[in-house]
Amino acid sequence: MKKVIVLLLSILLALSVTAGLAEGTVNVFNWEDYINEDVIRLFEEETGIRVEYMNFTLNEDMMVQVRTSPGKFDVVFPSDYAIERMIAEGLLQPIDFEKVPNAAQILDWLQNPDYDPGHEYSVPYMWGTVGILYDTTKVDEPITSWGALFDEKYKDQVFMLDSPRDTLGIALKYLGYSVNSKNPVEIKEAADLLIEQKQKGIVKAYQVDETKDKMVAGEAALALVWSGDAQYAINLNPNLAYVVPQEGSNVWVDGMVIPSTAPNVENAHKFIDFLSRPDIAQMNVEYIEYSTPNVGAIELMGESYEGNPNLNPAQDVIDNCEFFHDNHDVKVLYDTFWGMVKNAK
Amino acid sequence: MNNMALPPWASWVMLVGFMGFIGMVAVSIRRNRGVKRSLFAFPYGLWIVLFTLIPLLLIAYYAFTNKTGGFTLDNFKTFWDSNYEMRKQMLDLGVNPQDLGIARGNVNLDTLLYSLWMAFLCTLICLVMGYPAALFMADRSFKLGATLVVLFIIPMWMNFLLRTIAWMSLLEDNGLINTLLAAMGLPKMRLMYNSQAVLLGMVYNYLPFMVFPIYNSLSKQDRRLSEAAMDLGANSALTFLRVTMPLSLPGVVSGITMVFMPSVTTFFIPRVLGGGNTEMFGDLIERTFLSADNWNVGSALSLIMMVLILISLTLLRKADPEGEGSGTL
Amino acid sequence: MSKFMKRGYLALVLLFLYVPIIVLIVQSFNAGVSRAKWEGFSLQWYERLFNSPSIMNALYITVTIALLAAAIATVIGTLAAIGMHAMSKRPQGVMLTLTNIPMTMPDIVTGISLMLLFIFTQVPRGYFTMLLAHVTFNIPYVILSVMPKLKQMNKFSYEAALDLGATPGYALRRVILPSVMPGVITGALLSFTLSLDDFTISYFTTSPLVQNLSTLIYSEARKGIKPTMNALSALMFVALLVLLLAVNRRASLAHES
Repeated sequence: MKKVIVLLLSILLALSVTAGLAEGTVNVFNWEDYINEDVIRLFEEETGIRVEYMNFTLNEDMMVQVRTSPGKFDVVFPSDYAIERMIAEGLLQPIDFEKVPNAAQILDWLQNPDYDPGHEYSVPYMWGTVGILYDTTKVDEPITSWGALFDEKYKDQVFMLDSPRDTLGIALKYLGYSVNSKNPVEIKEAADLLIEQKQKGIVKAYQVDETKDKMVAGEAALALVWSGDAQYAINLNPNLAYVVPQEGSNVWVDGMVIPSTAPNVENAHKFIDFLSRPDIAQMNVEYIEYSTPNVGAIELMGESYEGNPNLNPAQDVIDNCEFFHDNHDVKVLYDTFWGMVKNAK
Repeated sequence: MNNMALPPWASWVMLVGFMGFIGMVAVSIRRNRGVKRSLFAFPYGLWIVLFTLIPLLLIAYYAFTNKTGGFTLDNFKTFWDSNYEMRKQMLDLGVNPQDLGIARGNVNLDTLLYSLWMAFLCTLICLVMGYPAALFMADRSFKLGATLVVLFIIPMWMNFLLRTIAWMSLLEDNGLINTLLAAMGLPKMRLMYNSQAVLLGMVYNYLPFMVFPIYNSLSKQDRRLSEAAMDLGANSALTFLRVTMPLSLPGVVSGITMVFMPSVTTFFIPRVLGGGNTEMFGDLIERTFLSADNWNVGSALSLIMMVLILISLTLLRKADPEGEGSGTL
Repeated sequence: MSKFMKRGYLALVLLFLYVPIIVLIVQSFNAGVSRAKWEGFSLQWYERLFNSPSIMNALYITVTIALLAAAIATVIGTLAAIGMHAMSKRPQGVMLTLTNIPMTMPDIVTGISLMLLFIFTQVPRGYFTMLLAHVTFNIPYVILSVMPKLKQMNKFSYEAALDLGATPGYALRRVILPSVMPGVITGALLSFTLSLDDFTISYFTTSPLVQNLSTLIYSEARKGIKPTMNALSALMFVALLVLLLAVNRRASLAHES
């Protein structure tokens, strides 16, 4: 019996020390399926550093993991507002840009983003917009405004995003307010608009992951989507088109950051620099098909990328968009109003 | 939220203590022949305390505290009035919620009532569908009974998420059923993005849990009882009503328990088959914990759920005091 | 009611249970990714399946967790049932009520409460915590499978064995275990099944590093579910079906002879 106990104990202890303390590893925490796996292999071959790769599906969930498992992650890929929040909570350490020379490849307008003032803590990885994906066989007018999503003509033909921030955000934008509004009156107005949209039977479903496949299958005429999902769907169904409405929209960035508790800081810098190298960034863009912040990669891809307005929108479209900002002081407003929208009958 | 966490070594001390304890009990059972047999339940008792009771206490702790760890009942007020927290926040922002017409909110309560109603319907349909199935399977003249039980289990070995997604590909507007209808020249039907589709997905997932216990209690029945009834002149319908059915009631009660309980907190199915148009209580708890990142209100909702379930359990216990039907297979 | 109608009804119920599974299997042979359109027969998803390290790893984790959790839960649960059976009425009642708590607790509450425990005690979530969670929800099912068999057993045979000089361990092995074995096997099988199918509790108790098939499928949905998962399910389905039918056949052969 004693032997069994000793054995159990040693297994337990072994489990506790394997958490990435060894030299020569980098613990990467990224969105699911958000990297070209060949890139990881190449990095391991070139540097001899082993990559421990982990996935998350929600910024909120990721932040809980980073808070509650200190010392577990070296490079994390949060979105803009999450970066802002993590900086405020002291979860991140400044990046030593001397060790990330390839960060110079970042597009001008992303060099000093307002979610990371002074550009100290993050290097952009991918970015994109929020817009309308529509089926040209079901829509015979040019779509230019968010108003199409609220038009009774498209009764039972609209997919909305099952995400309070994005859906309330575009309703705010349609009403002429900021996607970051902290004004209860404006947020309520946006919620009322969405409730009316639902009560009129315009919305077919609120979903996130299922939308792109369903648009490919022709399940609805219009859908609120992220540009990356739009590109995926358009590749599979050429009848689909994507537009960022004239009222403006949300532009989002997923960045690379180093948690303040990262055990392998050196390797984390190497990894971030590697992903910012133009040829590597190109490999990732061509696999993920989101917009890249990397000038070198854009040059390498040439017309195939530059000529695609979904991935490479004109600068005035981008200028018309806003980043999301950390809104935790009004989060309860967004979440409560969202509950009302979801449960409106 | 983490300021209350124990130091890292504490968990290891607890685990080591736990393992050591099990070891001691095992050793004493081996050495001391006078040891009481009831001590065999000891490891389990400890397990329950560590992995069921303490986690429940943690839920209770979060439910009765606010973000800074102070005692509060606000989380329960938020259950009763879903706008409660929001109104407080608005006042902090200097806006009077009354000016905006924000009164008491029914969202959480409505979601609970809707979930109970859906769970009730699901249980009813499962019972109506499952009882005859169990009855026919338990029929002595039907030799395949045992094999059929296996056939009822196998679908549960396919991943639950994939099974639900498979229903989606059947029910979509351009899904298999509608494609078939269209090929036959019939009009397409709206089969999903509504409550009926959610109900279908629930019945599909929980039906086996109704069939097993009923089958179990029916197949255990002494056949001579119904034969005696027939000999005494009862026809088969009367025999069923007065003998077979009453004797199978414990199985029915346990079937109802096993279907109703998980039905109330169904999640994922409403999102996939209902198009996220109406939430059930499971979705609400998940959204509150993960997306809204509000562990306190999420815990309060979970606690309310638990209490409701314990109450219904006690009521059902009265109907089946021996727990006879609960042998599952 | 005629035999024919009874069987017809059973066939209908089974059809209802199997339609989505047939759909899943057919989709796994579809050349395209579309769920509704048939684009020709292909084995490409099976090929990709075996070349995907993440799926293979998730399969390994799912199966080992299911086996380990079933084994541990069966040992603890069987011992617990034997112990509870020997208790006097009151403590037994308390234990039975406690056993019912995890069984009736909604999965989502079980998952979240365990997540809070692991975060609170700073045990890093991963393989080990997922295993603990699976054992936790399995034990009650083992107990409830073993208890009825214990009730059917002669109450005094264990004491008789002790009086005749057997050690408790020997009496346990030679007297109690053989008579409760069918219940133990049922409990183990049930545990394995529950563990294999669990999504909710695993979702909350594991880390992103350790994914079982359910959590992998859930997170894959972000990029659109590929038929590779269907291929895997189809393979698992056929393997388990063959296994079960073999066991069943052996059992019925043994029964006849």
